[in-house]
Amino acid sequence: MTTSLADVAASNVTLRAFLHGLPGVDRVGADQRAAMLGTRSIKTTAKAEAIDLAIRMVDLTTLEGADTPGKVRAMCAKAVRPDPGDPTVPKVAAVCVYPDLVAQAVGALGGSGVKVASVATAFPSGRSSLDVKIADTAFAVAAGADEIDMVIDRGAFLAGDYLKVFEEISAIKAACGRAGDEQDAHLKVILETGELSTYDNVRRASWLAMLAGADFIKTSTGKVQPAATPPVTLVMLEAVRDFLAATGRKVGVKPAGGIRTTKDAVKMLVLVNETVGEGWLSPDWFRLGASTLLNDLLMQRQKMATGRYAGPDYFTLD
Amino acid sequence: MFEYAPAPESRDVVDIKPSYGLFIGGEFADGTGTSLKTVNPASEEVLAEVAVASADDVDRAVRAAREAFGTWSAMPGSERAKYLFRIARIIQERSRELAVLETLDNGKPIRESRDVDLPLVAAHFFYYAGWADKLQHAGYGADPRPLGVAGQVIPWNFPLLMLAWKIAPALAAGNTVVLKPAETTPLTALLFAEICRQADLPPGVVNIVTGAGETGAALVNHPDVNKVAFTGSTEVGRLIGRSVAGTDKKVTLELGGKAANIVFDDAALDQAVEGIVNGIFFNQGHVCCAGSRLLVQESIAEELLDALKRRLGTLRLGDPLDKNTDIGAINSAAQLAKIRELSDLGEAEGAERWSPVCPLPDKGFWFPPTIFTGVAQSHRIAREEVFGPVLSVLTFRTPAEAVEKANNTPFGLSAGVWTEKGSRILWMADRLRAGVVWANTFNKFDPTSPFGGYKESGYGREGGRHGLEAYLDV
Repeated sequence: MTTSLADVAASNVTLRAFLHGLPGVDRVGADQRAAMLGTRSIKTTAKAEAIDLAIRMVDLTTLEGADTPGKVRAMCAKAVRPDPGDPTVPKVAAVCVYPDLVAQAVGALGGSGVKVASVATAFPSGRSSLDVKIADTAFAVAAGADEIDMVIDRGAFLAGDYLKVFEEISAIKAACGRAGDEQDAHLKVILETGELSTYDNVRRASWLAMLAGADFIKTSTGKVQPAATPPVTLVMLEAVRDFLAATGRKVGVKPAGGIRTTKDAVKMLVLVNETVGEGWLSPDWFRLGASTLLNDLLMQRQKMATGRYAGPDYFTLD
Repeated sequence: MFEYAPAPESRDVVDIKPSYGLFIGGEFADGTGTSLKTVNPASEEVLAEVAVASADDVDRAVRAAREAFGTWSAMPGSERAKYLFRIARIIQERSRELAVLETLDNGKPIRESRDVDLPLVAAHFFYYAGWADKLQHAGYGADPRPLGVAGQVIPWNFPLLMLAWKIAPALAAGNTVVLKPAETTPLTALLFAEICRQADLPPGVVNIVTGAGETGAALVNHPDVNKVAFTGSTEVGRLIGRSVAGTDKKVTLELGGKAANIVFDDAALDQAVEGIVNGIFFNQGHVCCAGSRLLVQESIAEELLDALKRRLGTLRLGDPLDKNTDIGAINSAAQLAKIRELSDLGEAEGAERWSPVCPLPDKGFWFPPTIFTGVAQSHRIAREEVFGPVLSVLTFRTPAEAVEKANNTPFGLSAGVWTEKGSRILWMADRLRAGVVWANTFNKFDPTSPFGGYKESGYGREGGRHGLEAYLDV
C-alpha cells in the first residue's frame, strides 16, 4: 500500500474523511451504463467462450439450514464434473458451504483443483461478537477452507463506525492466516449491497474492505434482495480498478445472488470486459456466486454444440 | 481476450426499392428533376435512386397540402388524434424495419437507431396525438387555429426523428405539411409516406418532396406556404431567414451549436466520463446539441482525461448494423471532408490531437473518435461547429469562469453541468445562455420537453406544449 493511504485508517475521522472524499456515484448514470452494456449481443463463438469461462468462474453454492454431508458431497461431484456426459465441460472454481461442512467438501474435492470456500463471521447477518466471528473463521480455516467469505457489519457501516468495520475485516484477515508454508485462506468480503442501499455506500464499503485487506469483494449473501445487480457490480469493478491504480494491489470481484441464467452471467462478463478489461477475466479475479446458474450454462452449452435444447431432466440436480 | 463475434442485424427486414418517387397528394409520383442516388455511408453502396422535386413538383405538393388543409383543419381534434395514434402504433410495429433502414441510409449504429431514434419517434407521435383534442387547454386561447400549409426542411443526422419533431405537432394542430428530407438520407421519410397510406391518412395532409438545396429553396420560398420550419446549419438558417423576411410566413429555426459540457471537481467521475462520451460521440457527433466543448475544472483535469482516454479505448467502431457497434460511419464524403479540415486546423493552431488505436474500415466514410487538449477559446475548433466525433477540451478554475467560457460562443443550444452539488446546478442553469441545460446527464430527449436555442442556434421551440405554438395562429 502506498504511504499516502497508510494513515487512512488511523482513526474513524481520517477513515470517514477518506471514504467521503471518493467521487460520488450518480445512480441514474450508473444504471444507464449497466443497462447499455446489457444490450451487448454475444453470439456464436463469443458465446461459447463466455459460457466456458463462466463455468470456470462459478462458486457453486449451497447455504441452507437443511444442508447435509450428503448434499455437499453430491454438489462437490457436480463441481468437478458438471456434466457427466461431457468431459469437455470445465470444472467450476469453487464450492461454497457453511463452516461445519467444510471438512466434508475438502474430503470430497481433495486434489481436484476445485477450491473450498466457506462463509463465516455469523453469516448472513454478521450480528455477533468479534470473538465469535474470529472463532467461526478459524474453525473453517482449520477444516481446510481455501477461501473465507465473510460478511461486514452493515449496522456499524450505516452508523458511520467505519473503523469498527475496518478492524473487524483486519482481524478476520489475520484469522485466515496459516502457520508455516501453508497457504493462507483468501478473504472475500461480502458487502451485502442490498442493505447498503446507495451506490455511494457500495463504493465506500468496497474501498473500506480493500483497505482492510480483502482479496475479493463480494456483493451479497444471497439472503437479501436486491443482490448482485449489474450496476452494483459495475460500481465495485470501478472500485477495484481505481484501487489497483492507487495502490498497485489487485482485488477480485464476486457478484453473488440472483445470477440465474446464462444471459445474466454473460452480461457480467461484458461488464468486466468493458470496465476493467481482460486482466479480471479469469477465475482468479472474478467469480460468480450461484447455485442454479450452472445448469443453465450447461443447457446453453449443449444447445450451442447440438443445436437443440434438452429438457431440464437431462441435467443433474445436486 | 473476450472478443465479441459479429452480431449483425439482418437487413432482410427491410425491402429497399430500386427507385423512389415523390409523395404528393397520397400518391407516389415521378419527379421532374434529375434523380439522385442515396448511398450507404458505411460501404458507399448505392441503396436507391430517389426523385428530385423541381419547383413545379414542389408547387404541386403545396397545392395538394392546401387542398387537404380544409378538411384536415375542420376535422375534430379527437379525429385527428386517431390518425396520429395509428401512425405512432404502426411506427412501433415496424420499428425494426425503420431502424435498419435508418442505419443503412445514415450510417448510425443500429443500437442507437433501435434504442434511441425509433422509441423517440413513436413517443413524439403519441405525445402530440394526445394534444390534438386539447388545444384549447394549451394556453393559446379558447380556440387556437392552425396556420395552414407548413413547409418543413430537415437534416440528415436524425432523419426520422426530425421528421417526427416536425410532422407530429403540425398535424396535431390541424396544419398540413410538405416536408423535404435531406438529400443523403431520404429513405425513412419515404417509408414514413407508406405508413401514412397504411394509416389511411387523408391524401395531401403529408407530402414528401425529395431533393437537395434547390428543392428546399423552392419549398421555403413558395408563396402559399404559411409556416417554415427548418433544422440544419446556421448558414442555411440565415438564408432562410433572409428569404422569408418581409413575408407573413411564420418561422422556426433550429440551427447549430457548440455546447459546453462542464465538469466540476466534485462530479461523479465515472458517470461524467460516460456523459462526455455520450455527449460528443453519440451519433458520431452529428448532433446539433453535442457537448463538443468539454470544460473541466483544472484540479481534476488530468484525472478526468486519463479516465476519458481509457474509456475511448473501449469504443467499438465499425459496421453500423452490428448490434455491438458504438461508433458508425460519417454520413457523407462532404461531411467527412469538413471534419478533417477542422481537425487539421486544430492541430495547426497548436492544440494536441489524440485518438485511441482504432482501425478504420477501407470502404465508406469514417473518422476516429478524437480529443483535442490544450484548446484555447480563440481556436477555431473551440468556436466552430465540427459536427463530428471531435471533442475540444478546455479548463476552468471557478464556477464564474465556467459560465463565462460556456457562454462565450455565438451559439446557445445546450449545455451540461456535472456536479454532486444541487445548489450549483441551479446557479449554473440560471446563468447559462442555452436552450437546454442538462444536469448530470447529456443528450437526453423527451417529447414533453421543449427544445431550441439562444442566439445563432435559432429561434422557436420544438417539443412539449411550447412546440404547439409554432403551428398555431397565436
